[in-house]
Amino acid sequence: MGAYLLEMKNLSASYGAEIVLNDVDFKVFENDFIGVIGPNGGGKTTLLKVILGLVKPVRGQLIFNHDLMNGSRIGYLPQISTADNTFPVTVRDVILSGLMIRKSLISGMSVSDKKKADLVIDEFGLAGFADSSLTELSGGQQQRVLLGRAAIGDPKLLLLDEPGNFVDANFEKDFYEKLKELNNRMAILMVSHDIGTISAHIKSFACVNRSLHYHPSSEITNQELLAYDCPIQLVTHGPVPHTVLKNH
Amino acid sequence: MTLEGTIFEYEFIVKGLLGAIFASITAGLAGTYIVSKRLVFLSGGIAHASFGGIGIGYFAGINPVAGAAVFSILSALGVEYLSVRQKIREDSAIGILWAFGMATGIIFIYMTPGYTPDLMSYLFGSILTVTYADIIALGVMSIMMILYFGFFYRTILYISFDEVFARTYSSYVNVFKYTTTALIALTIVLNIRMAGVVLVISLLTIPPNIAMLFTKVYRKIVLWSIIAGFAGTAAGYTISYFAGIPVGATIIFTLAVIWAVCKGVLWSGKKVRRVNPPTSVKTTPSVKTTVG
Repeated sequence: MGAYLLEMKNLSASYGAEIVLNDVDFKVFENDFIGVIGPNGGGKTTLLKVILGLVKPVRGQLIFNHDLMNGSRIGYLPQISTADNTFPVTVRDVILSGLMIRKSLISGMSVSDKKKADLVIDEFGLAGFADSSLTELSGGQQQRVLLGRAAIGDPKLLLLDEPGNFVDANFEKDFYEKLKELNNRMAILMVSHDIGTISAHIKSFACVNRSLHYHPSSEITNQELLAYDCPIQLVTHGPVPHTVLKNH
Repeated sequence: MTLEGTIFEYEFIVKGLLGAIFASITAGLAGTYIVSKRLVFLSGGIAHASFGGIGIGYFAGINPVAGAAVFSILSALGVEYLSVRQKIREDSAIGILWAFGMATGIIFIYMTPGYTPDLMSYLFGSILTVTYADIIALGVMSIMMILYFGFFYRTILYISFDEVFARTYSSYVNVFKYTTTALIALTIVLNIRMAGVVLVISLLTIPPNIAMLFTKVYRKIVLWSIIAGFAGTAAGYTISYFAGIPVGATIIFTLAVIWAVCKGVLWSGKKVRRVNPPTSVKTTPSVKTTVG
């Protein structure tokens, strides 16, 4: 499996008195592609926020493997609702904001930063939109901009929170192709409720429902989900969405 | 009465010109921020809440602008703090503050013995009662705003755009939010002398909205709001002088007309252009899921 990037040991996190993550033991390995699934309110987003340092654990440890992380920041694609997509900001500026971790508060962006942003813009199929404002883009294009922002810093670990929500069908294939390519350079943790779609792309599952169960395969059954205390129905995508009741 | 050729006319022109320049700079920078972040209602609340400070200033015999500054900064930070804690709905908090400030102001002015001559100038603005101290204060404010937004442009832009993401790389997000809010409260108070409690919010919101008709890039919106603000303020000022009508109201009226004309021109231009064809209905591709 290789070396791990981060490890959680007996980690618990809470909002006030309510415990959201309880006694989690979890390792994220290099170049893994983990689908983080679980019921709403089960702690999926909290898991990402703990890794990002936005939520402090109340118990346990979060240990980064600094040799592997090599000083690189963590890439983060929040749920689009956290950003105001009508805010007057250009595509290039949004992507450049992914470099802010290495910047002092007053410095501007160098010529090489801007060149790098333009490379990312091309790579993510946004050529010609560099100086457009985010409002002028489609939902799928906006999602690519935010993914570009997460990837420009060459992180070793990329966290995606429900990216599928805003990916339109036309762009879905490109999006997962892009993730596959990024996965060669970085580990990916992707929160999603759409097991059917993501199972074709990921390498393993993390079922989060206060506890966390790691499942080192992209195939998962209803029985296993039950055993993991992860009450989600598997839905396959056919012409009409339907629940798969039996193995087939 | 004519001011022509008198020392009053000279003062009127100097104060008017300097006031217009500084008001446009401060209102352009603060206005672009509040319009982009949808804080217009909050800013209206701050302006009205500051009237409480004006009343207390009169009553206590201190400079009403100083009273207003304290009141507005405290109410702005208060709303910001409360809405973060989410103990109260933000728009309700603003609504309470808005009327509470006005009520406080009215009560204290009523209790102040003697005649309060320039009360109307605080409500609706008047260049005639603007002192050189007011102009200097606005000038200093302009410099502070230019330095603050100049040095921290990207940091402020990125925090405004996506606060959650900004928190992943900076622990100074709150410092910037509160500093910006305090500077905007101060900008509002100092511009009350130009446009008055009731009208100042338009001085902040109309210029960025004129600019946003033509550009969606933050930096350019700031620049064009300052230019549009100056054009509207200077024109309104001149019109009010020759027509003998209140200056604050004339400035806002002129700015609104500029906005409406620009909007109208763009709208009629757009009608000529091709309408985008409707996007076709998407079908979900079939993905085979392996189960068991």
